[in-house]
Amino acid sequence: MAPHSSAGRPSQLFKNLNSKIALIPMMLVALVVFLGGTVWTVVYSFTRSGLLPRLSFVGLDQYERLWAAPRWIISIQNLAIYGILSLIFSLVIGFVLAALMDQKIRFENTFRTIFLYPFALSFIVTGLVWQWILNPEFGVQSIVRSLGWSTFEFDPLYNSDIVIYGILIAGLWQGTGLVMCLMLAGLRGIDEDIWKASRVDGIPMWKTYVLIIIPMMRPVFITTLVLIASGIVKVYDLVVAQTSGGPGIASEVPAKYVYDYMFQAQNLGQGFAASTMMLVTVAIIIIPWAYLEFGGKKRG
Amino acid sequence: MANSVSIRKLSLSFGAVTVLKDLNLDIRDGEFIVLLGSSGCGKSTLLNCIAGLLEPTEGQIFIKDRNVTWEEPKDRGIGMVFQSYALYPQITVEKNLSFGLQVAKVPKPEIDKRVARAAEILQIGPLLKRRPAALSGGQRQRVAIGRALVRDVDVFLFDEPLSNLDAKLRSELRVEIKRLHQSLKNTMIYVTHDQIEALTLADRIAIMKNGVIQQLDDPIAIYNKPRNLFVAGFIGSPSMNFLRGELIETGGKTVFRTNGVDFSLDGYEANGPLAAGRQVVLGLRPEHIGIDQPEADRELHQAVVDIEEPMGADNLLWLKHAGHTMSVRIAGARRYAPGSQVRMSFDMRLASLFDAQTEDRI
Amino acid sequence: MANISTLNSTAAGFDAVSPQVAGPSGRKPRKVLSRRNIILYGLLIVAALYYLLPLYVMIVTSMKGMPEIRMGNIFSPPMEITFEPWAKAWASACTGLNCDGLSRGFWNSVRILVPSVLVSIAVASVSGYALANWRFKGSELFFSILIIGAFIPYQVMIYPIVIILRELGIYGTLTGLVIVHTIFGMPILTLLFRNYFTSLPEELFKAARIDGAGFWQIYFRIMLPMALPIFVVAMILQVTGIWNDFLFGVVFTRPDSYPMTVQLNNIVNSVQGVKEYNVNMAATLLTGAVPLIVYFVSGRLFVRGIAAGAVKG
Repeated sequence: MAPHSSAGRPSQLFKNLNSKIALIPMMLVALVVFLGGTVWTVVYSFTRSGLLPRLSFVGLDQYERLWAAPRWIISIQNLAIYGILSLIFSLVIGFVLAALMDQKIRFENTFRTIFLYPFALSFIVTGLVWQWILNPEFGVQSIVRSLGWSTFEFDPLYNSDIVIYGILIAGLWQGTGLVMCLMLAGLRGIDEDIWKASRVDGIPMWKTYVLIIIPMMRPVFITTLVLIASGIVKVYDLVVAQTSGGPGIASEVPAKYVYDYMFQAQNLGQGFAASTMMLVTVAIIIIPWAYLEFGGKKRG
Repeated sequence: MANSVSIRKLSLSFGAVTVLKDLNLDIRDGEFIVLLGSSGCGKSTLLNCIAGLLEPTEGQIFIKDRNVTWEEPKDRGIGMVFQSYALYPQITVEKNLSFGLQVAKVPKPEIDKRVARAAEILQIGPLLKRRPAALSGGQRQRVAIGRALVRDVDVFLFDEPLSNLDAKLRSELRVEIKRLHQSLKNTMIYVTHDQIEALTLADRIAIMKNGVIQQLDDPIAIYNKPRNLFVAGFIGSPSMNFLRGELIETGGKTVFRTNGVDFSLDGYEANGPLAAGRQVVLGLRPEHIGIDQPEADRELHQAVVDIEEPMGADNLLWLKHAGHTMSVRIAGARRYAPGSQVRMSFDMRLASLFDAQTEDRI
Repeated sequence: MANISTLNSTAAGFDAVSPQVAGPSGRKPRKVLSRRNIILYGLLIVAALYYLLPLYVMIVTSMKGMPEIRMGNIFSPPMEITFEPWAKAWASACTGLNCDGLSRGFWNSVRILVPSVLVSIAVASVSGYALANWRFKGSELFFSILIIGAFIPYQVMIYPIVIILRELGIYGTLTGLVIVHTIFGMPILTLLFRNYFTSLPEELFKAARIDGAGFWQIYFRIMLPMALPIFVVAMILQVTGIWNDFLFGVVFTRPDSYPMTVQLNNIVNSVQGVKEYNVNMAATLLTGAVPLIVYFVSGRLFVRGIAAGAVKG
């Protein structure tokens, strides 16, 4: 029973060996693809890469060209408009729908099914349907005109000034169901006693929502916000399907810019620079959130 | 008798938090040891270390004189019963019992034999084909015990096995575990926070606090001769009465004085000489105080009944005396109205004295 | 309803031993058409109509003939129901020179879907299990990188993946695309499984270890059977996600093996020829049919899947 020396201890490397083997795919993905791939793209965004990636550095040239390109500027403007409006509307509509759903209504499941089904559909399908509904010859505009308002004009897909709102309508249709679901889950997570207390105290319902419930749901709002926001940055298929970036370049978005330069225009450097800018955008959204969420408490 | 389980200088810390501190424990063959303490004292952690489910930072664990510190749980010759039963929900009771044996590639006839034996001992034969979800809490815990039983092990580990059951079932299964121990004579290590379970089941109790064993002794010794203030306060319900005061020399005798009232210490078996002037705490269990029972050699103290709590078999009086409120347990039939005067007497042979600084028994 | 219950409570009053005094008694009668209910259900129904409208338009348009569409109203129901557009969309719609309809894209998507779903779930469930029950030094760090990676736009990582797959000689093949789907499904699925396995009682895992079961035995014999619901959730998530994918389909496959979404986009947005809106809508519905069926059949599990994935993400 002599005390053992630590030399005989099984090596740390082989401890949990099966687990380590099982996690090899995950570690490879995390390290090689996510971390490595991101670093690679960022590094190559400072090169002259054209048809093929080349390691000849040109400093910030690609970024200067990027920010001088009207198409990129429009893409960024579109993303900003689409992003901000889509955030506001989907949070408001999503919350209102969730609050309505939370009134112990009948047919709750039916309503939920209806609000959420667009989320099951792809952006391609969404884009094509709304392309058809917003078609000025046959769609909403022609119907309103045929009802008597003959000067009514609503042709977002053919009018560069408002095309992004056409895409917004489609995007909201597809995505608010999810927001509603998240909000509903948040509402259901609130202690029943809060409602009882506010009823006993005679606080009107809307006041309870504004003063008590919404502040209590702050974490849900923040998570939803981050989720929508990081989804918005990636928006691509919807635009491709609904407008192909048109009319002209009026509805271009950054993700499409990246794809077009990488795989069609054979100008990799521009693609890398643009995708790095997308990464920066996401980082601006994620880092403060991650800081708020995890910065305060220490990680075990 | 040979040692069944030995713990040598065991320490465990998670980062900066130390859960077990330099812990030593020898458990004899066939002994029923209860690890008792409030939550967070490290008792479950210690059990998990013995089971091999947690790795100690320092120290060694021996089972049957074999160093098992680095062994896998399955190779330690232990069986374990959990608070939440931990039955595999998707398979029948029978398969639950035989799973471990199947994994160990025990031949089928042998598995059947052992399952049948366990089912007989625990009277769960009719339940074998059912799934855990179809069983009551008590039945589930029986199956969980059965799972340890079929493994034919030297040491049984119980992690708060009765805590999820209601009071009635708890006392039933408690008796059954005791009977099981009497017939199997295996070593059993049992973690609980329930002092009744500890006192009724244990050959020896280890009371733990902050990762350190405070006292390891048989239940009667723990009850009557607690080694420190913590143990004294932890065991017993209602809790021991504690009176803070000091030792005074009067008339050639050492007495205990609190708020100007002297208590004779005649009959108290001290660990050493009782030096006058020492700050101490006198501990008196509610049932070791007599009420209106004058005995020749004991001094009497006048007290006033504050509150009476009749509990059927017993009657609990809360008395005011010498600036303290003391609880006294008397027979249920003896009733006292609040405000009435009583005379208390103390059996100092069963009292405890603790140093006020070190909190150790003196 | 309200009246009946009032009657019942009065009747009960007669039977009661002590007589009741006059005044409110029993359940307070409630009007079905209260102002609150009208507003509440009114808003919900208007919203529901908005959400249903596109589906309705798709169905209606896909069943009309082109002359009828040109005449007018996209909302009016078809005067003459025809399934011609559906047949054409499925079997003979053109993308460029190819005129064999969406059917090719459908089968391509099926060929992509089945292995991608199986492989991605297999890998992620094992990873989630290992992360939940067999942690080792650094395992959480890798997991954190993975989860942060979920927020990185695909566009940032897509070209390096092209290079990796090209080096491995599987760029443009089905294997390559399966790997891509496995990679990008990994964060959300691993999170899903990890959280699920973490939520199972730890004692179950301990009991299995004391019973002598090892890593794979515990996974296959204890955890897997218990995790069936979460596997269904993961399946729903992946089937809809992979079926709806467009970007990876465009980047990582060759034109003859384009998935359905890509082919659909090419059919509808092709600039050649006359626009056949009815065929387009039939094609769109056909493409949306698979995830819609999954959605309507799975119902609550779908909600659970997106909520589990989303809230904790």
